[in-house]
Amino acid sequence: MLNQEFKVPAKLKTTSLTLLAIGIVTLLAGVFTLLMSHDQMSQNRFWAVLLQNSVFFLLISLASVFILSATSLAQGAWIVSFRRIPEAIGSIVWVMAMIAGLVLLTIVWTNNHHIYKWLEDGYVVHNKLNALKNFFLNRNFFTIWTLIVLGLWSWFGIKLRQLSIKQDSDPKGSTKTYWLNFNYSAGFIFVFALSLASTIPWLWIMSLDAHWFSTMFSWYTFASSFVSGMSMIMLWILYTKRHGYLGHVNDEHIHDVGKFMFAFSIFWTYLWFSQFMLIWYANIPEETIYFKIRMHGPYKFFYWINIILNFVCPILILMPRPNKRNYFVVTLVAIIILTGHWIDFYQMVMPATVGENWHIGWFEIGIVCGFIGLIISLVSNKLTKAPLVPQNNPLLKETIIHIS
Amino acid sequence: MSIKKFAVAVYDDEAVLFPAVKKVRGAGYKIHDVYTPFAVHGLDVALGEKESDLHIAGFIYGITGTCTALGFMGWIFTTDWPQNFGGKPHFPLPAFIPITFELTVLFAAVGMVLTFCYLNQIMPGVKKHIFHPRQTDDKFVLVIEVNENTAKETETFLKTTGAEETNIQVAEADWWFGRFDKREDYEIQEQLA
Repeated sequence: MLNQEFKVPAKLKTTSLTLLAIGIVTLLAGVFTLLMSHDQMSQNRFWAVLLQNSVFFLLISLASVFILSATSLAQGAWIVSFRRIPEAIGSIVWVMAMIAGLVLLTIVWTNNHHIYKWLEDGYVVHNKLNALKNFFLNRNFFTIWTLIVLGLWSWFGIKLRQLSIKQDSDPKGSTKTYWLNFNYSAGFIFVFALSLASTIPWLWIMSLDAHWFSTMFSWYTFASSFVSGMSMIMLWILYTKRHGYLGHVNDEHIHDVGKFMFAFSIFWTYLWFSQFMLIWYANIPEETIYFKIRMHGPYKFFYWINIILNFVCPILILMPRPNKRNYFVVTLVAIIILTGHWIDFYQMVMPATVGENWHIGWFEIGIVCGFIGLIISLVSNKLTKAPLVPQNNPLLKETIIHIS
Repeated sequence: MSIKKFAVAVYDDEAVLFPAVKKVRGAGYKIHDVYTPFAVHGLDVALGEKESDLHIAGFIYGITGTCTALGFMGWIFTTDWPQNFGGKPHFPLPAFIPITFELTVLFAAVGMVLTFCYLNQIMPGVKKHIFHPRQTDDKFVLVIEVNENTAKETETFLKTTGAEETNIQVAEADWWFGRFDKREDYEIQEQLA
């Protein structure tokens, strides 16, 4: 039971490759129709959609590396039974990082100041309030910090998986690799705190509204990406389990992942609301401008659907205990959460870039399909490369007899 | 208030307790209760306890808190004493959310603690019979209710389940208020006489 090698089901392979092909075709069509058009809004749409999707899918893959590090540091045993899934997702972070890096640096170096308005000379300096941001919002800082961070994320994602696989061939009872993994996890948490949990969302997303600022923005983005990342892990567990693998993952493990989805949906709401309420209450024009377009402007629909999908649905559906153990219900909620947070990222990026000319059309949907196909094909391929159970992990016994 | 007769088995380890519980239930005895020095994972399942409804009570208390907070603040600021704070509407929902949240948590927490105490009969001043002085220290105590006819047989059976000590006790099955020894001794003496 414990020695299963994952084989990619033919149907999954076809589906993922089809989705990937749709994505590539859409991208090419986008280059010819949107990017090459002389309409500024079409060009903005092209870059904004790529920016939103590449960052969103990078961050939800990165969430796997974070949960691995956090549970390794806490010596949590519950995750060990399906540890190979977040590891597989974490080890493809480098691909997502390359795509996101390519998109971000192209936008910055082709001087596309319709996306990042601060690229225009004097845009930031003009305003006394924003003069201090000059150190932060310039081309060189953006490039160097983005490259460093993407490199570190990719490296840690690969390293944590390598260590876990190395442990399989260690002598029985040896804990050397386990403690090495512990130390690397601590290193990643440090990097994560300085990147995703603080500077990176400011740099990549918040700077789209260069005059606006919110110190809570990074945490809010982190919560968004983390809860979607846990939902993605949940979908992978249920998929592999449904196809006869991971027999030792029982309802208790599913329940634990479900608790994360439930708790971090509330955590996301807490941060979202804290950011909103302070701005709403203080009512200072340079801050409220951000919410004006979202609450009362053309993004009204996304603003409200965002709260319904990301707060109301998870809290009400996942609250009863039996629902967190029902495979159908958690699958449904995982899909709701992933959709909801994609929309959350959509309404972070779009108002500042395409304004009232937003679309959810062929290009947006095609690009999403492409990214989903890419993630499915890469992760399923990674899962075949190693046994689904970390054989030699000291916590293996504890995870198999796991009771709530 | 009822004095009953109990067969008591004392175990040294939870690894002995689990098979014993299984054996006792398998033989058809109805277990009165098991006393352990700490929360033993999975014991509720082994005892066949059904899942607690405490969380449903918690949800109701929470909703009560939400309604109380929103209703009370809404009544004050729209009807009883309307005021203008920074040009906000008279029913500024976002500003009420933190207090609503706090009251929801407060109601749910206090309500659930009290319900929990009621269900488990633990409150300051409430006394229950202690079957073994070391049941809160390091021993695991399994208790079965018996009568005159079944007492001997049950005790003999419990000896075969790996108990390190067994005995028959006459004790108050419910809780009572007051001083521990006095009341119980009196009742039991009366019963035994």
